[in-house]
Amino acid sequence: MKSPAARRIAIVAAAASTSALVLAGCAGGGGTPATQDPNEKITLTVATFNDFGYTQELVDEYTKEHPNVTVELTKAATSNDARANYFQKLGKTGLADIEAIEVDWLPEVMKYADLLQPVPKDLESRWLDWKVEAAKDAEGNLIGYGTDIGPEGICYRSDLFKAAGLPTDRDEVAKLIEGDWAKYFSVGDQYVKATGKAWFDSAGGTYQGMINQVEAAYEDPESGEIIATENPEVKAIYDQVLAASATQSAHLGQWSDDWFAGLTNGAYATMLCPGWMLGVISGNAKDVTTWDVANVFPNGGGNWGGSYLTVPANGKHVAAASELAAWLTAPEQQIKAFVNAGTFPSQNEALTDPTLLDYKNEYFNNAPVGQIFSERATAVTVAPFKGQFYFQINDAMQKALTRVEDGTQNATQSWDQWVSEVNAIK
Amino acid sequence: MTATVSPPTTKGGSGATRAPKRIGFGKSLSSWDLKLSPYLYISPFFILFLIVGLFPIAYTAVISFMDWDLVRNSGTFIGFGQYEYVLSNPKFWIALRNTFSIFLLSTVPQLILAIFIAAMLDQNIRAKTFWRMGVLVPYVMAPVAVALIFSNMFGDKYGIINTLLSNIGIPAIGWHSNAFASHIAIATMVNFRWTGYNALILLAAMQAIPRDYYEAATVDGAGKVRQFFAITVPSLRPTLIFVIITSTIGGLQIFDEPRMYDQYGTGGANYQWLTITLWLYDIGWGEWNFGRAAALAWILFIIILLIGVINLFVTRSLVRDEGSRSSMTRAERRAAARNARRAVAADSAQQARTREEAAR
Repeated sequence: MKSPAARRIAIVAAAASTSALVLAGCAGGGGTPATQDPNEKITLTVATFNDFGYTQELVDEYTKEHPNVTVELTKAATSNDARANYFQKLGKTGLADIEAIEVDWLPEVMKYADLLQPVPKDLESRWLDWKVEAAKDAEGNLIGYGTDIGPEGICYRSDLFKAAGLPTDRDEVAKLIEGDWAKYFSVGDQYVKATGKAWFDSAGGTYQGMINQVEAAYEDPESGEIIATENPEVKAIYDQVLAASATQSAHLGQWSDDWFAGLTNGAYATMLCPGWMLGVISGNAKDVTTWDVANVFPNGGGNWGGSYLTVPANGKHVAAASELAAWLTAPEQQIKAFVNAGTFPSQNEALTDPTLLDYKNEYFNNAPVGQIFSERATAVTVAPFKGQFYFQINDAMQKALTRVEDGTQNATQSWDQWVSEVNAIK
Repeated sequence: MTATVSPPTTKGGSGATRAPKRIGFGKSLSSWDLKLSPYLYISPFFILFLIVGLFPIAYTAVISFMDWDLVRNSGTFIGFGQYEYVLSNPKFWIALRNTFSIFLLSTVPQLILAIFIAAMLDQNIRAKTFWRMGVLVPYVMAPVAVALIFSNMFGDKYGIINTLLSNIGIPAIGWHSNAFASHIAIATMVNFRWTGYNALILLAAMQAIPRDYYEAATVDGAGKVRQFFAITVPSLRPTLIFVIITSTIGGLQIFDEPRMYDQYGTGGANYQWLTITLWLYDIGWGEWNFGRAAALAWILFIIILLIGVINLFVTRSLVRDEGSRSSMTRAERRAAARNARRAVAADSAQQARTREEAAR
């Protein structure tokens, strides 16, 4: 998937500082797991990247209750650095007691699920179902403590909507787009006819939103065999998005310089918008006042991105680390992390927390983004299966879509090349 | 060795037999010193090279014959499977084409431009040091920064270059869709960074050319252009060879610029600017397939070795040519010298004879 550093770095957008948030610190995960000596002095290291919202003050709350524990927080600059470090050291020595991973790495992490300490079963109900399903290994063990998620809404430019004679209020926009992808593209047709400008940013980004609603797109969850090229759903989405892209796409690949420029100059009127995208938009289009976000997503819900904490099984203090990871990802702490860094929580309880629901985003015309994305999160129903070749296949597909968008090939040629590339994967 | 001159007598009369022994030992020590210490002094480099150079190369060779799992640190032997996969993958041949295309597009214009700039800097201009340092400034910039700036300029829709082009009525160029255009864009970044550096090296070589040559040429009526091609360029040959070899190695390993050329760093949707090192990185750190990456690394190693050998042969003939400064072989030269001596001797004999005759 497209996961440059930009995306997580930008999450830091959120700034609200809640002053009086008194929280009863509680140990979420049942009784204290058995360490040989519960009072033995130990140091636990927690390695994250970008900004998870875990501050020293937050950790101090934990160490106050567990005086024998010292917690050291380390942070890699980008998720790519963290990824390289993780796979080089997994199964050997040198990893922290708690290591953060991104949802994008899961297909690879799953191959080494036996090297990670499973999450206690009684904690599983804490998270959204699809968040748990995505991180279960073949034996049904959950291997990561969910931190944040990226539920998707739709961001739009109200000034461009106005010029096209479309409603500008975010509730009316939600009503306008509500429906399946065909509906989204038909409103797009309406917009393009009225203005002659592009409706969405790129075929690739839109495709990603669509394919993430397919339960088993590229590989058979049972056998692990590659079914991508014969899967009629994939072909249908490919055709649908390219048919729309011919007239409605700005043809600006996500994260390209042109795409960032397009955020400001109105090259496209809408884009699929996970929670963390808000920070990317407000950070890169500072002078635009008309970006807004609607509580709607074609064909139900969708998720893009998010992270987990994992506990390497060969660590020195596995039990204590599991306890800390459970505490860090408890709803109370995750809400604080959200306040610190804007990481949208993945816990059922946190989604109904007043701090979250009352959270508004000034840049997006005071949109109640806490409430919007909490509803978007509960609308997600599918946890797409991603096997070990998911990224190679998906990457080749993204390239195939780009080839059609930039005019290098037509849809049929590009599909054929994708098929031959997928067939070469082994 | 003064102590050995008078052997110690503490152990009575037997001292006489001991003394030569000590002399012998001292001698062999000093002769070892003479023989070994040069190697000892250069050994740190080679020991270090053995550890950080040779061992990884050999280990890469071992891994390239395996299906290697980085995390579990184990692999199964599969023979030449990885090499077969790489060589039969069309991406490899595209990457090879791109690498050579970018290499040629960056090296050739760069050297021509560098010679030209060096020749200009070699003239009598004001603020010499300022201009000379000026051409080196791009080299000081980090390659990633250069790539970022240029990638922005070469944006397909809102890049400066396409905006300028469309302002003067030329259709915008698909810098990221047309393979050749993308090679030119990447070569531009490389040229921007390295032209000044090469110009300075060539300038140093130019300043070593004796000025008498130019004076003599001026007296003979040769113009500036003629002087440049007849004196400057031939005298630069050894330096040019050095510059060509270094830019060949650099060109075949080009990575930063194509990697930073778009947001994904995987060489473009149709692999328009996928280079070998870029693919190598992607197989290793993207797909975690280190066996395959190792195989590709070895293929690249062999390619560079081949080009290096070709370079060596070309260079050798050029250097030998430069060293003798004439087209005669040694035997011919000796024969010519003999003939000349004979001619001189005959001449002086002749002269002596004529003087004698005149005296009579």
